[in-house]
Amino acid sequence: MDGFRYLEGVSSVRLTAAACIGCGMCEEVCPHGVFAMTDRMARILDRNACMECGACAMNCPTNAISVTPGVGCAAAILNGWISGSKPACGCGG
Amino acid sequence: MDTPAGPVPRIHSRIGSRDLLGRWRVRWGIGRDRYRVAAGLYGLGAPDAAAPVLVTANYKMTFDAVRRDAAGLDAWLLVLDTRGINVWCAAGEGTFGTEEVIRRVAETRLSEIVSHRRLLLPQLGAPGVAAHEVRKGSGFSVRYGPVRSRDIRAFLDAGMKASPAMRRVDFPTMDRLALTPIEIANLLRPAGWAALVLFLLSGFGPGIFSLGAAWERGFAAVAALAAGILAGAVVTPVLLPWLPGRAFSVKGGLTGGVLAVCAVMWQRGSLHAPAALALLLVMAAVSSFVAMNFTGATPFTSPSGVEKEMRRALPVQAGLALLAGLLWVGGAFIR
Repeated sequence: MDGFRYLEGVSSVRLTAAACIGCGMCEEVCPHGVFAMTDRMARILDRNACMECGACAMNCPTNAISVTPGVGCAAAILNGWISGSKPACGCGG
Repeated sequence: MDTPAGPVPRIHSRIGSRDLLGRWRVRWGIGRDRYRVAAGLYGLGAPDAAAPVLVTANYKMTFDAVRRDAAGLDAWLLVLDTRGINVWCAAGEGTFGTEEVIRRVAETRLSEIVSHRRLLLPQLGAPGVAAHEVRKGSGFSVRYGPVRSRDIRAFLDAGMKASPAMRRVDFPTMDRLALTPIEIANLLRPAGWAALVLFLLSGFGPGIFSLGAAWERGFAAVAALAAGILAGAVVTPVLLPWLPGRAFSVKGGLTGGVLAVCAVMWQRGSLHAPAALALLLVMAAVSSFVAMNFTGATPFTSPSGVEKEMRRALPVQAGLALLAGLLWVGGAFIR
C-alpha cells in the first residue's frame, strides 16, 4: 500500500499485552498488517496503517484489543454531524 | 440438487451479458439497492459432504464475483442476507455478522449436509464476525480466507493457507476508476442545485438583474463547477497515490487548482481579473470537497483521520467558496 497511507497519529487502536493469549487472530484478520506476532505475543507493528475497521477487536477472544470502529467516509461523518446521529454509510457497492 | 436437508439450488460460474449489464448499471448507481440474490445455500459444481463452505454476501455483484472466481471448484456457497450490501460495508454495519452466520447455518441445516465443521469467510467480513462466537453458537469454526475472491482457489490449493499478499487490501488504478461513476452519480442532484444558485448569482450586476448575464456568466460558472467535480471525483481518485499530501482535501485542492490555472490561461482573453480569480477559487474548493468525499470509497482511511481532516478542511473550503462568490458578484460591478 505504498502511496496509500492516510493521516498519522490518529488511530484509536490499543493493545493490552497482558491479556494476549497469542492466538494470532488479530494478525490474520488485519488487512493492513498493523499487528505482528513475536514469541506468541501480539504487538502493534504499524499503528498508522490502521483504518479502524474493528476486525481485530471483534475477533480477539480475550478482549485484549480495543478500537473505536467506524466508517472512514466524509459523507457519512457529515450526515452524522447534521442529523446528530451515528455516522452511517450509504455505500452499497 | 438433492441433499439430506432437502433440495439446494445449483449455480454455474458463467458470467453472462445480463450480469455484465447489471454490474455496469449498479456502478452508475441505478437500482443498486435492489441488486441482490436470495440468501441461503447454493451448490457450485458437484459438492459433496466434504466440500468447502464459502460464506458471502447477497449483493449480486459480490455473488457474481465469487461464483466466477470459484469456477472449477466443487463447493457450497452460504449466502448471508446483507440486504444487498457488499461484504466489507455489511461487516461494518453488522449485517454480515456473527448472528446472521449462526442463523443461516441453522436455517439451511448445514450440519446435515456437510461432514466437516468449517466455514470459509472472506477476510473483509471480519469486522462484523467474531470467529470464536460463531463456533460457540453454531459448532462451526471460522477460517478467514483471502481478501479477494480471485485468490480463493490458490488459498484452497495451499491447504487453506493465505500468503501475506492475500491478506492485504490494495487499491489499484482500475479499482479506483471503477468507483468514479458512482461518485459522479451521487453528486448529480446537489450539483443541479448548485448550478441553479450559480445562474442566479451570475445575473446580478449594474442593471440589478440581467437574464442575459445570468445565462452568459452563469454558463462559465457552471462550467467551473463541472470541472471542479471532474477534478475531485475522477482525476484525484485516479492519480491518488501520486498526488502530494496525505489529506484528500489537499490532493483534491491541488488537482482542482492546477486544472483551474490551465482553464483560466486558456480563457484569459475573455475574463476579467476578479472573475478569473473567482473561477479559480471555486474550482479548487469544489475539487477539494469532492475529493474528500472519496475517502468513503477507499479501503485505508480511518474515521478518526477523516474527522480530523474535515474539521480543518471544511472551513477552508467554505471560505474559498464564499470569497469566490463575492469576487464573482463584485466583479460584475467594476468592469
